[in-house]
Amino acid sequence: MAEKFLMPKLSPTMEEGQIARWVKNEGDSFEANESLAEVDTDKATMEMTALGGGTLLKILKGEGETAALGEPIAIIGKAGEDISGLLSEIGSNGEAAAAASTGGAATAAKAAPEPKAETRAVASVPLAKPRSATPSPQSDSGRMIVSPIAARMAADNGIDLRSLAGSGPNGRIIKRDIEEALESKTQRPETKVQKPFTPSTIVGASPYRDENASKMRQIIASRLVESIGPIPTFYLTVEIEMDNTLATRKQINANLDDDAKISVNDIIVKAAAMSLMKHEWVNASYQDKTVRFYEQADIGVAVAIDEGLITPVVRGANLKGIAEISAEIKDLAGKAKAKKLQPEEYTGATFSISNLGMMGIKEFTAIINPPEGAIIAVGGANPTPVVRDGEIVVRSIMNVTMSCDHRVIDGATGAKFLQTFKQMLESPAMMLL
Amino acid sequence: MAVLTIRDALNQALREELIRDENVFIMGEEVAEYDGAYKVTRGLWKEFGDKRVVDTPITELGFAAVGVGAAMAGLRPVIEFMTWNFSVLAADQIINHAAAMHYMSGGQFKVPIVFRGPNGSAYQVSSQHSHALEAMYANFPGLKVVMPSTAADAKGLLKSAIRDDNPVLFMEQERMYGLKSDVPEDEDFLIPLGVADVKREGTDCTIVARSMTVPLAIQAAEKAQEEFGVSVEVIDPRTIKPLDIDTIVNSVKKTNRLVVAEESHAFASVGAEISHTVMEHAFDYLDAPVKRISTAETPIPYAKNLEAAALPDVAKILAAVKEVCYL
Repeated sequence: MAEKFLMPKLSPTMEEGQIARWVKNEGDSFEANESLAEVDTDKATMEMTALGGGTLLKILKGEGETAALGEPIAIIGKAGEDISGLLSEIGSNGEAAAAASTGGAATAAKAAPEPKAETRAVASVPLAKPRSATPSPQSDSGRMIVSPIAARMAADNGIDLRSLAGSGPNGRIIKRDIEEALESKTQRPETKVQKPFTPSTIVGASPYRDENASKMRQIIASRLVESIGPIPTFYLTVEIEMDNTLATRKQINANLDDDAKISVNDIIVKAAAMSLMKHEWVNASYQDKTVRFYEQADIGVAVAIDEGLITPVVRGANLKGIAEISAEIKDLAGKAKAKKLQPEEYTGATFSISNLGMMGIKEFTAIINPPEGAIIAVGGANPTPVVRDGEIVVRSIMNVTMSCDHRVIDGATGAKFLQTFKQMLESPAMMLL
Repeated sequence: MAVLTIRDALNQALREELIRDENVFIMGEEVAEYDGAYKVTRGLWKEFGDKRVVDTPITELGFAAVGVGAAMAGLRPVIEFMTWNFSVLAADQIINHAAAMHYMSGGQFKVPIVFRGPNGSAYQVSSQHSHALEAMYANFPGLKVVMPSTAADAKGLLKSAIRDDNPVLFMEQERMYGLKSDVPEDEDFLIPLGVADVKREGTDCTIVARSMTVPLAIQAAEKAQEEFGVSVEVIDPRTIKPLDIDTIVNSVKKTNRLVVAEESHAFASVGAEISHTVMEHAFDYLDAPVKRISTAETPIPYAKNLEAAALPDVAKILAAVKEVCYL
């Protein structure tokens, strides 16, 4: 029986999706797990795959068109089925849906029904791992063709297959290509093949414990929410002398290849993560009547992209070295710009950092990304005259402003955290402890 | 060591086994007084007489059945089919009786019989006389299938086949009866069934060939070395069933590339079996899809040029080697 195919939920925060491309045309049949379309969600371009087989009878939302969650985007069924009844039903509902969507995204999401049982479920598959049932050399699917022995040799020798051009038919990467890559690797060791980023052992989100909020905390929370809004925020600013951090960075980078050099921000991430471990109330989140304390520092790092802003997460930054943090941020930022971040890579941070220093900003405030308890806004480190031991000297001063959720963080709690943070950056050797 | 033709090596094996074991006897069309259609049994009737070397009418089903019965009764018959093409008349005896008897009698009967004769194409004998039937027979549990490519292998394998307690289908090649090589003269020179032989060692590509395609593959390997510097290993399984897959898989793990050359049609062939088994056991070692050179999908033509075009040859095998080596 023909049925409506509804816009599926392809990311945790998605409320509507835009059809980037129909992979199947009207009249095409498809198998389970085959890709039907690519959909731009609020975060990434996702592949929309079918869980069952059938035929794409009618496309209701063309490329570039947007549909709210649960809104019909196509009709699927058996080839040759009569779909006039379904079409007229959708025609009359369509207007209502359109009217609802003008009321704002939230309304549209509410108006959109949950996918019903009659609707064939769909699975979302990130485009980073395209799966096509019938890989065809002609289709520009981006599928990499590698002979089994070539894949094995590449894995054994740490060669990134993406860096190679295959010399076999259809661009197949064959043994010869790996042998040539290995040869050039040994001949010119300085042009090392960039290794794919390997995540550290910490891959999951931080474990946490929930503790009942004390009555006082609950009252503080409810009173402040009443006063200022759902997240009662206050701000703390600290001046940090960055000369030692800058010198340390210089020493480290002198011994690193260009593509492995670390940034000031990488050190800031590490310092924040280490400080969070000493101040559990800052690495916490106010839940309804409980406070959630996280056991590791999963740091969200704000990255500007063309369409706006996304905050990929460095998991367990307190446990990672600065070089690893640096490599991970590079990898995540690259994925963010290519819109290839997976939901688990940009959700569930325990604390965030926004750095506009490189854009000439001296000081600013950032907005908390709920349910996190705090975010720091990092300005540039600028040479500034300061008084030290009764004399005016020039130091690189960086202003950091922390936005705190007052339901968990009080002024003194936040200030103590910033003291530690400042200490870490002014004496970077502290981070070795 | 003596340099013998495959024909004479087979004759020597038969003679030695007739002497060694009085239960061994030969039966078939023209095997006695005429010395055999291809002279494999030359002189044996004169030496061993009517009871040991028996001429039959043109009755394949009949004499195959007599052979199966004799084997069940304790003799060790060597049944000659003038060619394997005619074995299809006796297929019921081979498939339904010889192959199944040990199993169906719960082990009460052994069937120590050898069916032998030339298999595959000859010289313009056309569609009814050029069949390569090894894949068909190898498909049936209970049958062993042997295909030698040298005089020494022919002798050592035929002696093992005669001494084996199971039905063995021994497939020779008419075009190869005159090929000569060194043959050990030891009366107990045996080559065990189910053991492949590396006919030529190499490092870049493996060719698995059998029977007539073995000399073709060796020529192709030499050309590949001369013309492209590609080092080709040639493996002759010698026994099609049981198949020595380990030797083949180990070679492919070394060379990463495989060509199977065979004188049978491609569909459901022994080459298909080898190709699948290599995929199963050495998938991660392959650098290219396995390539098969088989006989064209046509009844074998009579016309000399068409017959040659249909059959595997050195140029076709060489082209396959180039393809799997991406040259």
